Amino acid sequence: MANDKYETHEYDVIVIGAGGAGLRAAIEASAAGVKTALICKSLLGKAHTVMAEGGIAAALRNVYQEDNWKVHFRDTMRGGKMLNNWRMAQLHAQEAPDRVLELEEWGALFDRTKDGRILQRDFGGHRYARLAHVGDRTGLEMIRTLQQHAVHKGIDVYMECNIQRLLKDGDRVCGAFGYWRESGKFVTFKSKAIVLATGGVGKAWKFTSNSWEYTGDGTTLAADVGADLIDMEMIQFHPTGMVWPNSVRGILVTEGVRGDGGTLRNSEGERFMFNYITDYFRAETAETEEEADAWYEDKTNNRRTPDLLPRDEVARAINAEVKAGRGSPHGGVLLDIASRRSAEYIARRLPSMHHQFKELADVDITKEPMEVGPTCHYIMGGVRVEADTAATTVPGLYAAGEVAAGLHGANRLGGNSLSDLLVFGRRAGLYAAQYAQNLEGHPSPDADQIEQYAQELLAPFNNDGGENPYTVHMALQDCMQNLVGIIRTESELKKAQTEIASLKERLAKVTVEGHRQYNPGWNLALDLQSLLTTAEATTMGALERKESRGGHTREDHPGPDPDKYGKINLVLRRKDGELSLSEEPLPEMPDDLKELFEESK
Amino acid sequence: MASEFTMRVWRGDISGGEFKDYRVEAQEGMVVLDVIHTIQATQAPDLAVRWNCKAGKCGSCSAEINGKPRLMCMTRMNLFEPGETITISPIQTFPLLRDLVTDVSFNYEKAKSIPALKLKAKEADGTRRMYQDDVDRVQEFHKCIECFLCQDVCHVIRDHEDNKPEFAGPRSFVRLASLEMHPLDEEDRREFLKSDAGLGYCNITKCCTEVCPEGIHITDNAIIPLKERVVDAYYDPVVWLMNKLTGK
Repeated sequence: MANDKYETHEYDVIVIGAGGAGLRAAIEASAAGVKTALICKSLLGKAHTVMAEGGIAAALRNVYQEDNWKVHFRDTMRGGKMLNNWRMAQLHAQEAPDRVLELEEWGALFDRTKDGRILQRDFGGHRYARLAHVGDRTGLEMIRTLQQHAVHKGIDVYMECNIQRLLKDGDRVCGAFGYWRESGKFVTFKSKAIVLATGGVGKAWKFTSNSWEYTGDGTTLAADVGADLIDMEMIQFHPTGMVWPNSVRGILVTEGVRGDGGTLRNSEGERFMFNYITDYFRAETAETEEEADAWYEDKTNNRRTPDLLPRDEVARAINAEVKAGRGSPHGGVLLDIASRRSAEYIARRLPSMHHQFKELADVDITKEPMEVGPTCHYIMGGVRVEADTAATTVPGLYAAGEVAAGLHGANRLGGNSLSDLLVFGRRAGLYAAQYAQNLEGHPSPDADQIEQYAQELLAPFNNDGGENPYTVHMALQDCMQNLVGIIRTESELKKAQTEIASLKERLAKVTVEGHRQYNPGWNLALDLQSLLTTAEATTMGALERKESRGGHTREDHPGPDPDKYGKINLVLRRKDGELSLSEEPLPEMPDDLKELFEESK
Repeated sequence: MASEFTMRVWRGDISGGEFKDYRVEAQEGMVVLDVIHTIQATQAPDLAVRWNCKAGKCGSCSAEINGKPRLMCMTRMNLFEPGETITISPIQTFPLLRDLVTDVSFNYEKAKSIPALKLKAKEADGTRRMYQDDVDRVQEFHKCIECFLCQDVCHVIRDHEDNKPEFAGPRSFVRLASLEMHPLDEEDRREFLKSDAGLGYCNITKCCTEVCPEGIHITDNAIIPLKERVVDAYYDPVVWLMNKLTGK
């Protein structure tokens, strides 16, 4: 490697991102016998997966024998308002149970049923109690289990290493270029195949459950090398984030609170979700409080409480209640479990919620209701992948987890994210490894290209008298929160486009102080490029999709449009530097799967 | 209900540094990490700090606040009197990188050396059966968010750099206890605990337990039972005699 100007490593497969999907992909690729590296922006074990609370959805049938993959598949598709890639939804439902049991083999300790098997809990949109969980800290259990397994398998891990560009050799990817946060120095990874597992984009919004890492890196890296993005307008606002104090606004309150018996009330004490049951879910939703409460114990003879309608429905309902003046003192609604379950039960089932509210809001959730409201949580859209192999439209590039699109359609069900990470993380690792094994020769990035990227990344240090990156970031967050939020309309989306264009100009002049070593100002200036790209993509999709479906609600097009937009994905790709949009038909579901929806009507 | 504070923050790297004072207004409900972010956004954009979740779940933002090891995201500003000067310094036990960020690779290196889980055979029906009572005590250890505050406060390594190669520290003991007490694990880690992890260095002063943000009873529930296992294996005269006779 004497010719390489920067520190250089060579692998068969590199995995970018070390949350659930990245770890699972690296484990699989390494097990397939190829030289594998795992690269992450933070320390190992700190990725966003660690914050997942409720559980992993899988039809294990430990609590309800009636459950099976077909029921899970159907729930997932209906929850996603049928915009999902049916094949991904099928694979996900079929393989999730094995992936959960595999975690147990690697040391995960889930909560147990009385007969010693994995306990499953209720969650929104799932017909049966389906989520394997550990209290309300399932994500921590999952990431730690995968992390320790990967460490014991000897996988090379590069921590606090931020990848900024993918490298290409002709049509295919051949490596990645980035910097070490610790030193600010550049590093090149030559690799035959690359798995993107970089997570989401939530940091473009002001109120979000997402951490600083969620800056849309993977979507941007993929788009920049010519990969397709789909469904970028589909953003999930989780109905229950903290709303007070302001400094913690957006922090997640698990759906498990409602899964375990909590209910939403407005300022008049009314359980308002009964007023928001749409025709789409009417047949499977309880109409009275008595039936809703009885459902927790007896799912055969009662229908599901509307408190557990899919997240898009609940988020819109809360939004409407607050707008109608029936909100809580700090602009949310009340989530009450204190009056419905014993203090002992609450502390055992929801220890981290109990702790979080006590420490951060002086609220004891075993005695008083929580104040909650919608928070930007998840992007259903992202990099377009082939269902079976997780391959993107660029040879050698794979994507899994939140950065990939298709599985969740227009809205993700709670619990389907952790299972997504495991099922498609494994598939991405497997097929990336196969691809690498079949590729002759060594990956050979272009040194001139690398040098050009290096200069681009250093540009913020050379600007004089520009703004600081934090100001630009806050302006973007205000723009997306106010103009591309839960409820959207054409005039506001157009205004957002203008603002994003001007933010791009401001970003080009941003000035960074100090030196390269562990400099958060510089790091943010670079992350802002991907934040702006994804914000632009989301706004473009939102403007084009003239209907309301799942995570995308248009005030000026309030209903779904089954004849046009219900049949297409919006595809974004870079052409001559600019994003361009096209429509493509959804993959056609085979007849035997279609029957699952007909018989249930 | 905003109040003004002086934040005295360590700025510097391995070559040296100093505490710098920043006057900041703290809004109602703010935690120390919010105030650090305010300083970044308005006064010192290159102030280095590690953080992720800001909800006490990832264990990234460990620091010493007025000398006490704590998570910055779980330390409310209303703990302090308005006008007070609050000192924020990096955790001391690990090498400084920059400002509030330290090199915690010691902990990841120790994790690599721990003998992995080895499960016994499955049940005849192909399942794994474990009961809630059996997993309860191990689940306590799995709550660990790897903030390494217990490692920071442990005087075996805090005050004696030269002990680091021989001592794995409380975080490692919590991990070892979780493996040793896993209901289905078959591995024997007693020799590792005694010789490689340096369990004997710990003289159970419980400093680690006091700083654990997850409230894990590190000393009572992890370290002491591990010490008992080692004692039973190596210092029990009956076991010693049996081992001699059977040639173990």
